Amino acid sequence: MIDIKSVSHSYFDGAPKVLDDVAIDFPPGQVTALVGANGAGKSTLLSAMSRLLVPGSGQVLLDGVDVTKAAPTVVAKRMAVLRQDNRISARLSVVDLVRFGRFPYSSGRLRPECHEIVERALEYVDMTPMRDCFLDELSGGQRQRAFIAMVLAQDTDYILLDEPLNNLDMRHAAAIMQLLRRAADDLGRTVILVLHDINVAASYCDRIVAMRDGRVVIDGSPDEVMRAEVLSEVFGMQIPVHRVSGQLLAMHWAPLPAPALQAV
Amino acid sequence: MNVLATGGRTSLWVSLGAVVLAVGAYLSLAVGVVPIPLSDMLSPDERQWMLLSQVRIPRLVAVLLSGAALAVAGLIMQRVTQNSFVSPSTSGTVEAAVLGILVATLLVPGISLLGKMVVAIVVAVAGTMIFLQLLQRIRHRDPIVVALVGLMYGGVLSAITVFIAYQRDLLQLLEIWTTGSFSAVMSGQYEPLYAVLAVGVLGYVFADRFTVVGMGREFATNLGVSYLRILYTALIILSVMTAVVVVVVGAIPFLGLIVPNVVSMFMGDHVRRTLPVTALAGAGFVLLCDVIGRTVRFPYEIPVATIAGVLGAGVFVWLILRAARRPGATR
Repeated sequence: MIDIKSVSHSYFDGAPKVLDDVAIDFPPGQVTALVGANGAGKSTLLSAMSRLLVPGSGQVLLDGVDVTKAAPTVVAKRMAVLRQDNRISARLSVVDLVRFGRFPYSSGRLRPECHEIVERALEYVDMTPMRDCFLDELSGGQRQRAFIAMVLAQDTDYILLDEPLNNLDMRHAAAIMQLLRRAADDLGRTVILVLHDINVAASYCDRIVAMRDGRVVIDGSPDEVMRAEVLSEVFGMQIPVHRVSGQLLAMHWAPLPAPALQAV
Repeated sequence: MNVLATGGRTSLWVSLGAVVLAVGAYLSLAVGVVPIPLSDMLSPDERQWMLLSQVRIPRLVAVLLSGAALAVAGLIMQRVTQNSFVSPSTSGTVEAAVLGILVATLLVPGISLLGKMVVAIVVAVAGTMIFLQLLQRIRHRDPIVVALVGLMYGGVLSAITVFIAYQRDLLQLLEIWTTGSFSAVMSGQYEPLYAVLAVGVLGYVFADRFTVVGMGREFATNLGVSYLRILYTALIILSVMTAVVVVVVGAIPFLGLIVPNVVSMFMGDHVRRTLPVTALAGAGFVLLCDVIGRTVRFPYEIPVATIAGVLGAGVFVWLILRAARRPGATR
């Protein structure tokens, strides 16, 4: 369980708080989406959870241990994180990158089972044919999939992803979401991801945590969050929500009520 | 698809490099005022053996060790700073080492080579640490800007050194350390260079951690690698290598910049794989420069630093033009 205990943070003294007394926990086995407008604090929260950022106050406990105080490799075997802006200057091949996902276990000397896990991770994200390409020879979406494969190869109970669908085409975005869903359902993994598209969040996640101005404004199931008045509070715009083929759909691209469809 | 990344091609390159290195090594032993033909190399007479054991073999060893050390120091610096345009000779490490030697010479007249080396290492570590501190404070992460900051910082350090040397009438001595040359290398005074072997092995042990740190602070943290600790380990390793070479033979320009970059072009940036090749290539490059320097004005010698400067500048311009054609490739 990841337990966030009243975490607050501002990037410099006197700046507005990007995280304002956030207290929330993530029990194992669920897929949770963090949603909210730009600057709501989603990415900062994800960074604080994954010890990429030490918050100004409060603490993040991973199974009862403060993530900033635990041994780095111990945390790396339990929790993997992928940030949004993944530009790395090192020219590495895809397979080498994914192999580094095994670093917490192997310190570089891969065992046979490590290689198996690496190949499986490449297979999952459909990158096996490009395994020997250098990262700088790939498209943005292919690179993103390579990074996701690296995180999968890390084989952790907790997987934290910041907008993992960035750059991905529809086919691969859907495949990644299904993969994460399976990781939770079949392997009991806990997935926490920042998502932009509330509809993707609603259709794949167990739980949606919506943030605004550094605070959690609502935390509930897709059915509880996918309501016009809730979305209006979170995003500051009128978003009609409709049920289409049994699926709740927030029509954020058409912020006027669509008369042909029945409003929920 | 890059076929060079596969093991078979890599070993082909390594064996090709080894052959070139062997030919160069033979030339290095044979060329000189007293030429030693190949037929005599395996069974030299007493005079030839004297020459080989006292001068030519020490010189060859010094050439190989310094070339390998400076290239590997450049490789490590480029990886951990994630910037292909920095190197110990363009970012203050060499300048700091020279300042260290000067200070040691002034404060303790007649200080031993080992004493100079210790002071040079300490000042080089401090100088490189200041550069890394600067680097972390720069908002502008453009690699060219960072490289320019390094150049300016090195310029400031060497201005201080020149000022002190000028005051104490030591400018000529300064020339010896800033212009690397193997003409004075002989048995009994180059042996401290062997220290770079030990440090190089240490660098190899840390190679995977350097690669991880080269992926950036967040990737490193995610993989459980202590970013700062590895960064400072790298800094100490590369500073020691650089300072040792500067003390014994002097600075060799461009080497730490161009050799790792050319190797990276073919093999990528997996440090555990590129480090041995970079060491070989660096050794080969300096060997080539040394042999050229000994033959073009025979029987006189042109310092290896001058030859390396001419050849290196050409390769460097080519690298810059290539980077400009492929935006993003250097970041």
